[in-house]
Amino acid sequence: MDHERKNRPLTSRHLLGLEGLAAEEIKTILDASEAMKEILDRPIKKVPTLRGVTVVNLFFEASTRTRISFELAEKRLSADLVNFTKIGSSVSKGETLLDTARNIEAMRVEVVVIRHQSPGAPGFLADRLHSVVINAGDGAHEHPTQALLDMLTLRQKFGDLKGLRVAILGDISHSRVAMSNVYGLKAMGAEVMLCGPPTLMPRNIDALGVKVSYKVDEAIAWADALNVLRLQLERQQSALLPSLREYALTFGITLQRLGKAKRTPVILHPGPINRGVEIESAVADSDASVILDQVTNGVAVRMAVLVLLSAPEVLM
Amino acid sequence: MCSDLALKESINRSRGRPRPRLRIYHPLSWSGEIGKGVQKCHPPARGGISFMEGMRVNFREKAKLVDAEGIRRTLTRLAHEIVERNRGSQNLAIVGMRTRGVFIAERLQKLIKEVDGGDVPLGVLDVTLYRDDFRLKLKQPQIQVTHIDFDIDEKNIVLVDDVLYTGRTIRAALDALMDLGRPARIQLAVLVDRGHRELPIKSDFVGKNVPTSIGEEVRVRMAEHDGEDAIYLVERVDKEEGKSNGS
Repeated sequence: MDHERKNRPLTSRHLLGLEGLAAEEIKTILDASEAMKEILDRPIKKVPTLRGVTVVNLFFEASTRTRISFELAEKRLSADLVNFTKIGSSVSKGETLLDTARNIEAMRVEVVVIRHQSPGAPGFLADRLHSVVINAGDGAHEHPTQALLDMLTLRQKFGDLKGLRVAILGDISHSRVAMSNVYGLKAMGAEVMLCGPPTLMPRNIDALGVKVSYKVDEAIAWADALNVLRLQLERQQSALLPSLREYALTFGITLQRLGKAKRTPVILHPGPINRGVEIESAVADSDASVILDQVTNGVAVRMAVLVLLSAPEVLM
Repeated sequence: MCSDLALKESINRSRGRPRPRLRIYHPLSWSGEIGKGVQKCHPPARGGISFMEGMRVNFREKAKLVDAEGIRRTLTRLAHEIVERNRGSQNLAIVGMRTRGVFIAERLQKLIKEVDGGDVPLGVLDVTLYRDDFRLKLKQPQIQVTHIDFDIDEKNIVLVDDVLYTGRTIRAALDALMDLGRPARIQLAVLVDRGHRELPIKSDFVGKNVPTSIGEEVRVRMAEHDGEDAIYLVERVDKEEGKSNGS
């Protein structure tokens, strides 16, 4: 039976990103997530913790997993929630982000979960609103809850993140998931490798203190776990790839490729999957894949973040 | 006049001037690292020490009430009482409440086996998410895993905690247990009952009744967690010396 561990409280009242978060703070969130996971396995999957807390999900960008996951997390904690999507809102009438957020806050909302196409949008709101702001993905900046659930999944699989070799594959330069994972994993003492075509690799990537490779086979041979990113077709304005087929042939993860390595790494994918592009169907559905565990963990991680950040009474 | 003020305030707001300061209870409001527009504030005055847990309050040891041998005897008696009241240990289950209730529950489980020979399932309950002061506390909660890997439906549950005080933690535990199933019966076993109940809750098995005053607290120390088995009576040391009622 595990005994009491005192965890360090989070130092920020918002979750804008994993950059700058200490290992102990990440551990606090991951440990709380384990407690939340137990709730998800109960016949009555609900606790009364956030009764009376109102959360607004401001989604300026399309999302399936993240939004449903946040919604479920809020409902399981008995919070009240309001959903906002860009389509059908006054944003199409030209209302600014700040005005939208201030107006919603004026309706007495304690927590704002925001996804926005512009990097820094959650930080912008955090400086101006009195609510707690949780970043659900901002442009190519960060997606902290995704990285937290990736780390939770890895910790469950490997026990400890320290010294773990994680390769992040694919479209690094357009990926907020990659950035958050790099910050989080580095803080937890894991080794990180970024791998992808040079056109999809940000400049000065070495400054992050990660390994960089342009050969997918090298990454597979090195890594304990592969986090395969989605090729963000909607974010690519100029021709960075010759063709999708070319990408699938040179960077796609296939059973054949994995077969060449001595051991098969664990496969993660933040979803949605472009089957047959960055990852072969057979790999996504194989035993090595923990993609659906990630989704389950996503709800637990978001519950933990919501509880930890909205625990203190914030009177509007 | 009132509406004038409201109008002024809304104009100020629209001009981007700082909004009136808000009362925000937050751990960071103590360290001053919190964002703009947040005032440092003091917790509302309220009786009871449970509320003060998050703050640095000094305690002075007043008396050692029970030593290791005393705890051993008390737990042995409790185990006998539990077996007697439940006519054996069939259909019984023990649930320890974090933190020290867990160690007491572990020991009761062993003692019940010695008394009755039956293996009683043991669970661990963390009630943080059910607490009524969840949103009043000044510190972030320490959320830990509830671990009950047996079916509690139709079981006789003995809920175990170290100190029974206001009864609020037990209220939370009852809610938490009900969410896990429908036990036939829930009984409460505590090592110390220190009085001052705020809810109509009574324990079925009491190790020791300790009448206390509000400024005092009972500290149970368990070898597994604190390095020794003992029960202490401590009193709060206020800044104004006159307030502490030294006897």
